[in-house]
Amino acid sequence: MEKFETFSGIAAPMPLVNIDTDMIIPKVFLKSIARTGFGANLFDEMRFNRDGTEIPEFVLNKAQYRKSQILIAGDNFGCGSSREHAPWALDDFGIKVIVSTSFADIFFNNSFKNGMLPIVLPQEQVDVLMADAEKGENARMTVDLEAQEITTSDGDVIKFEVDAFKKHCLLNGLDDIGLTMEKEASIDAFEAKAGAARPWV
Amino acid sequence: MSPKTLYDKIWDAHVAHEADDGTCLLYIDRHLVHEVTSAQAFEGLRMAGRKVRAPEKTIAVPDHNVPTTEGRDDPAQMTEESRIQVQALDTNAREFGVHYYPVSDVRQGIVHIVGPEQGWTLPGMTVVCGDSHTATHGAFGALAHGIGTSEVEHVLATQTLIQKKSKNMKVEITGKLKPGVTAKDITLAVIGETGTGGGTGYVIEYCGEAIRDLSMEGRMTVCNMAIEGGARAGLIAPDETTYAYVKGRPHAPKAGAFEQALEYWKTLFTDEGAHFDKVVTLKGEDIQPVVTWGTSPEDVLPITGVVPHPEDFEGGKVEAARRSIDYMGLTPGQKLTDIEIDTVFIGSCTNGRIEDFRAVAEVVKGKKIKDGMRAMIVPGSGLVRAQAEEEGLADIFREAGFEWRLAGCSMCLAMNPDQLSEGERCAATSNRNFEGRQGYKGRTHLVSPAMAAAAALTGKLTDIRELM
Repeated sequence: MEKFETFSGIAAPMPLVNIDTDMIIPKVFLKSIARTGFGANLFDEMRFNRDGTEIPEFVLNKAQYRKSQILIAGDNFGCGSSREHAPWALDDFGIKVIVSTSFADIFFNNSFKNGMLPIVLPQEQVDVLMADAEKGENARMTVDLEAQEITTSDGDVIKFEVDAFKKHCLLNGLDDIGLTMEKEASIDAFEAKAGAARPWV
Repeated sequence: MSPKTLYDKIWDAHVAHEADDGTCLLYIDRHLVHEVTSAQAFEGLRMAGRKVRAPEKTIAVPDHNVPTTEGRDDPAQMTEESRIQVQALDTNAREFGVHYYPVSDVRQGIVHIVGPEQGWTLPGMTVVCGDSHTATHGAFGALAHGIGTSEVEHVLATQTLIQKKSKNMKVEITGKLKPGVTAKDITLAVIGETGTGGGTGYVIEYCGEAIRDLSMEGRMTVCNMAIEGGARAGLIAPDETTYAYVKGRPHAPKAGAFEQALEYWKTLFTDEGAHFDKVVTLKGEDIQPVVTWGTSPEDVLPITGVVPHPEDFEGGKVEAARRSIDYMGLTPGQKLTDIEIDTVFIGSCTNGRIEDFRAVAEVVKGKKIKDGMRAMIVPGSGLVRAQAEEEGLADIFREAGFEWRLAGCSMCLAMNPDQLSEGERCAATSNRNFEGRQGYKGRTHLVSPAMAAAAALTGKLTDIRELM
C-alpha cells in the first residue's frame, strides 16, 4: 500500500445524504476480477447517460471538479453493500479523502485498506468544508494526516479524529496481513485453546 | 464479574490478540465466500505465496451471477464476465481446497441460505463473508457481518480480522404481532424508526416476545436487514427454536458433541443488568404491514399511508426525498395502495426460505396473477426449491402464473439476467430499494412475501389484510 502523504487538492461538494455503494459503483461493473479500472465507472448512473455521454450537471463532470481528490459528502456515505469496488472506484478516479458526518461501517473500513482516508466531522464543520468546496478549483484544501488537520482555501484549520492504528498503517503504507502474520503465535495459541473448549466448531 | 451482553460474550470468546489501544484480532469460525468479492482476494494470496489458513472453515458457493432459468449449465446463459467470475471461484475453491457447492450441486444457493441450511452456522460463532447481508446468520446468536475484499484476503490468510469492538444496542419488540404482519415488517419498521444510519457503530441484539415467537426463518429475515439500519451485525439469543433448527443438519455437531455444544449455547444470552448504549423499543401490536416508497430502506410507511412531501423531512433528507420521489415516479399525497406495479420478485437472502414460500402459497392458492404481470419466485437454495416442490407449493405458483426459478440472488441485485427494465416497477421481497438496484432506472418497493403475493394478484401495492 502507498504511504498517505500530506497533499493539497480540489474538493468536490456532494451534499446528498445516504450516497450508497450502488450509486458509487453500480453492480454491472462488479464483474471484473481485477482491483483497478473502476474509476471510469465511478458514479456511473449519475455521471453518464445511457449512450455514454456525460450528464453536465453532475459535479465530477464540471470543469472545475474533474480532477477532484477530496469529496465532501452528505450523511451516511457508503451505505449498502460490502463491495470494495466502491473505494476502488473512488481511488481509481483519484479521490483520496472523503469527509462526511458519518460513514457506513464496512465502507469506512474498506477505505483504509486502500490507503484512503474517510474523515468524520460534525455537521457545522462539514458545512464549512462544503461551502469551501463549492468555490471550485481555486479552492484547494490541504489534508495533513500526521497533524490530523484539514486547511481550507481561506486558511481555516479543522482538526479531525482518526483511529491511531489506522493512522499508523496509512502513514507507513503498511499491509495488514503482514502485520497480523507477525502475531501468528497468538492465533495458534487461540486455536488450540478454543479447539479444546469448543471442539464442535 | 460484571454482567455482559450476548455480543460481549461472543466477542470475548474470540479475541486472539488485543493491542494496547484496544485493536483486536478477532478469530473467525466460519468464512463464507461467493464469486463477486473473492477473486481479487484469492489472487492476492497467490501473488504473496500464501495459503488459506483454515480451508475446513471456509465455504464457497456461487450465487450473485448465476442464471436462475432451466438449463443454466449452458455457459451461453451467462455473459462472458459472469462466466469468468464464476469460473474463477470454481478454480480458487478447488485450488485452495475449501468446501464448495458448485452451480451443478443441488445444495447450491444464496450463501446466507446455504450456510444455515447445511449447519455451518451455529450459535456463538463468528461468521464473516464478503457480503453485507452476512448479518443474516446473527439469527443463530452468531456474530456475523460483511467484510470487504481486503478483509476477505485477510481472513483467508490468517483466519482473523482486525477489529475494534462496536457498541451495544438493544432493539426490543414487545407483545404479539397482528395478523398479516411478518418478520419483514418488523425489520423494515425498525429501520423506519432508526434510519439507515441509526445502527452505525453498533451491534444490535433483537429481543422481546415478538422476536421470540418468530421461527428461525423469520429471525434470519430480521437480522438480514440489520445492515440496512447501519449496524455491524444483528443478533438474537439462541433458544429451543434455534437448537431444534440446528440439530441434525449436515455440519452441526453430532450426538455427544451436540450435548456438549448445547451446554455452551445455553450460556449465550444477555445477563440481567448488562449495559446497552442505545435502546429502541417497538410494540409488536403497533407494527403494520409496511412498504417502502423511496430509494432508501428507511423510506418505510404502513401500507395504509400516502407518499410523503419532501418538506415533511429535515436537513439533507429533504433533497434526498425529492430525488427519491422523482426517481420513483410518484406524487406526494398519492395513496400507497394506488401505486400500480408490473413486476413481482419473491426470493433473496431476506425472504427466499421455505416459510416465505408457504406464506406466498397461502395467498395465491387457486388464484391467478394479474394479466401482464411478470412474477418470479426464486428459491434461496436448491434444497428450498426441492422442498417447495415436495410440499406442492411449486404447483400452486405455476398454476397462479408465477415463474418458478432455480436458486440464486437473482433480481435482488440483478447481476444475472434477471433485471428490471427502465421505468418498470417491482414489489420485491429483497432488501434494497436503491436507485438502479434491480436494473437501470428500475423502481423497487420492498415488502413481505405475503404482500408481494397480494400485489401480484391485484397489480397494485395491496394491504394483505384485505385479502385475509
